[in-house]
Amino acid sequence: MDILTSFIVIPFLTIAGLVFCKDHKQVKLTAAIGMGIQLILAAVLIILFLRERAAGNMAEMLFVKDLVWFPSLNIHYLIGVDGISVAMIGLTSIVIFAGIFASWEVVELPKEFFIFLILLSSGVFGFFISLDLFTLFLFYEIAVIPMYLLIGIWGTGPREYSAMKLTLMLMGGSALILVGLLGLYFNSNPSGGQLTFSLLAISKVHIPVEIQKFFFPFLFIGFGVLGALFPFHTWSPDGHASAPTAVSMLHAGVLMKLGGYGCFRVAVFLLPEAAHELGWIFIILTTISVIYGAFGAIWQKDLKYINAYSSVSHCGMVLFAILMFNKTAMTGAVLQMISHGIMTALFFALIGMIYGRTHTRYINEMGGLMKVMPFLGVAYVIGGLASLGLPGFSGFVAEMTIFVGAFQNVDAFHRVATIIAVSSIVVTAVYILRVVGILLLGKINNEHYEHLGDAKWYERLSTGVLIFGITAIGMAPLWLSEMINGGLGPIIQRLLMASPIH
Amino acid sequence: MLIMRHELLLVTITVILLLVEIFLPHDKKHKIILPAILLMGLVTIAGFIPGPTGILFGGMYGTSSLILLMKNILNIGVFIIFVQSVSWLKLEEQKEKISEFFILLLSTLIGMDYMISSGDFLMFYLGLELATIPLATLAAFERYKEKSAEAGVKLIFTSALSSGILLYGLSMIYGTTGTVYFPEVSAAYTAAPLQILAFIFFFAGMAFKISLVPFHLWAADVYEGAPINVTSYLSVISKGAAAFIFMIILYTVFNKIALMWRDVIYVIAILTMTLGNLFAMRQRNIKRFLAFSSIAQAGFILLGIIGQSQLGMTTVVYFVLIYIFSNLGAFGVAAIISNKTGKESIDDYDGFYRTNPLLSLTMMLALFSLAGIPPVAGFFGKFFLFASAAKQGMYILVFIAVLNTIISLYYYLLVIKAMFLNRSDQPIGYFKSDGYTKFGLAMCVAGIIIIGLASPVYEFILKLSYGLY
Repeated sequence: MDILTSFIVIPFLTIAGLVFCKDHKQVKLTAAIGMGIQLILAAVLIILFLRERAAGNMAEMLFVKDLVWFPSLNIHYLIGVDGISVAMIGLTSIVIFAGIFASWEVVELPKEFFIFLILLSSGVFGFFISLDLFTLFLFYEIAVIPMYLLIGIWGTGPREYSAMKLTLMLMGGSALILVGLLGLYFNSNPSGGQLTFSLLAISKVHIPVEIQKFFFPFLFIGFGVLGALFPFHTWSPDGHASAPTAVSMLHAGVLMKLGGYGCFRVAVFLLPEAAHELGWIFIILTTISVIYGAFGAIWQKDLKYINAYSSVSHCGMVLFAILMFNKTAMTGAVLQMISHGIMTALFFALIGMIYGRTHTRYINEMGGLMKVMPFLGVAYVIGGLASLGLPGFSGFVAEMTIFVGAFQNVDAFHRVATIIAVSSIVVTAVYILRVVGILLLGKINNEHYEHLGDAKWYERLSTGVLIFGITAIGMAPLWLSEMINGGLGPIIQRLLMASPIH
Repeated sequence: MLIMRHELLLVTITVILLLVEIFLPHDKKHKIILPAILLMGLVTIAGFIPGPTGILFGGMYGTSSLILLMKNILNIGVFIIFVQSVSWLKLEEQKEKISEFFILLLSTLIGMDYMISSGDFLMFYLGLELATIPLATLAAFERYKEKSAEAGVKLIFTSALSSGILLYGLSMIYGTTGTVYFPEVSAAYTAAPLQILAFIFFFAGMAFKISLVPFHLWAADVYEGAPINVTSYLSVISKGAAAFIFMIILYTVFNKIALMWRDVIYVIAILTMTLGNLFAMRQRNIKRFLAFSSIAQAGFILLGIIGQSQLGMTTVVYFVLIYIFSNLGAFGVAAIISNKTGKESIDDYDGFYRTNPLLSLTMMLALFSLAGIPPVAGFFGKFFLFASAAKQGMYILVFIAVLNTIISLYYYLLVIKAMFLNRSDQPIGYFKSDGYTKFGLAMCVAGIIIIGLASPVYEFILKLSYGLY
């Protein structure tokens, strides 16, 4: 079995193991072992990948495997990775590993919880390794559907409402994607002959501009829904707020990145001319996302809502950067996906842990927590500083790259949009510092809080892994951005061919 | 002889069951259950043995490999229904009428087989009537229940009406072309006004049978009133068979006006999907709920018919096959709950997962398959149906259809929500299902999981299919 397929097989083996578990302890152990193996495997994949590249293997995709599935429709099980997908796989395995430990205390139906959580992660892994649009779509839906049960059964607050809203909106997005994919398929061979779902094959084809312009909105909005594109972001705050900790982590950390990844790997990459011509609409929308999300976060009092809106803002930044159509900005987009993925997972993990102690998520009801739980407090500050883009953390690297790239577009429209988006950094600083001030510093305003304990070992492990990720990217971003750069080559090339201006 | 083997085998076991019934003493009627199921299983397996195909009676009757496959699909469905209905038949009320149930069900199946195999309109009509009349009896099977009796009467009236309309159309066809044989009608068809009128009547008659909007109004009441196993038969086998012959006749007889009926089906498909879904959302009775959902599913089948290609035909057969397994899975769970507790309202399902996890999971898989969620088979069925419509460039229709799957997902999730999310003070207690029920549901689950992922099934159907041109 090749290394990529094992990313799908291991989650399913873990699920099979979970089915036979007898008690709570076994369940947790099995899940942790399974996802631990997954994390090691991801590290091995990164090393193997870098070694291949260093050895001069410059193929577009590495570790490619191609099996025919439905011969008559030319549907393949076609997998392979480039630098971008390797980075995303790394991100996913870190977040799911931390997620398992963050949900160490799930009491109600623990077996089912971990089964659905791991099922969801298997969909995400499958999505990132797929090069065939059919399997890509299949895994996309596998990743979305368990959310309903995860939020609905283990969530808090208006969980049923949020779960239904989230599921229907995301499936609405996938409806758009489905139409777009079928459009790509039936236009994948304009000269007649065998049609194909293969991403690589379609990327070599020139699809007539009129057809591109018809299908581009389907694909971009479809994936954009998952990437919290304004005005299709409304599922995100409700969903995140109601979801249990690990699900918020995985969802904001990884699932929303599926949207960004799909936007450039499918929509922009395969329909470059349409992306150039229609890009301005989406630049406006994403700029609104960035600013609106940041301002939305200021007014919220619930920690999870604050983080959910900040995710809208940060993910908006990803889509914004993708639409800048140059290498620097796109590198920034991928860096931002990874940086935000780890950072927001850290936030949600910490919020879950704090909530588990104080039983409230309203910032006004808390204060001085730094004194009671110094570990969690420091971790929160680190996450916050990374989020507002302090040098030395991953957020700085990502946002800096994005804005430098965006500013390379010299026309007034792009400049104005960039300046507006940049200003969101200030707003981000405001809400992050406000939360840190109210929540962690100052006096303890509730005597019940004085006896709360600090993080337990599994919580330390969970946060430790994530903080390691943030600082590793922040301190040594070069290896990552180079890996991403290599993957962006063909995409940029195709975009440049499509546009005479650049 | 061998060409008609499906029908002859079914007739044989019907006769055997009739004879056994005569010699069974009064208090041992239930002994017929096991032989009936075994015989049906044998017939189902025997149907897969390759044999000759061809035409009989000067073209009145004909089979091809694809038609044989359709019959096999129906056989499988009926076999599952036999197995699933055991727990209901063993109830006190049905004790006297067990063999009647099997015999009536088999005769409708024989009618459907003849209908699918028909080579002229006479045979088609005969098969149709043979399939319909016993069904009315079956719908009224629980005659001591007012609703069941009402369902029987409603079914017989509506089918009489639709048959009348259909016959009127057929008479016009005969009047203008002078023949009832499919190939000759097709050759003589000139799209004269009277012939178009004939087509409209034919279409309306068939739309009644498949319960397409706006001819669907009888379906919900009949489905609700009839015993749940009969409802599953009505919504799965009966609908599937009608869809098959509808497609065959459209492709072979009315091929000259394909451009015209394409537009009609385009509109009817949208109406059927949308209205079926909108009504399904409001239902609280599980049988009515599944009835409206199956109306919506019929709309999806039209998407394949409109494809007019080999791909379209394949996807229709493939979709019906998957639909049989998924819907029977859902009906199977609903039936066992109804038989054990008498509860048929979705509100009663609150907290069901915590008492009966396996049944709930089966229901979830079946509903996900109906909604078209991967990795279960329904996803593949729907995806290929959409692909066949998209091949004709009807992206708008596909988009509307996909939106409809989202609506349908909403109400399927409502059932899942009741079972998994809701908590109840008085959930349905744990109960043990008998071996037959377990076997029936296990078959459904296996089908739901395997048919999609295993591509050879699809490729096999494709090899046998043909398109319009």
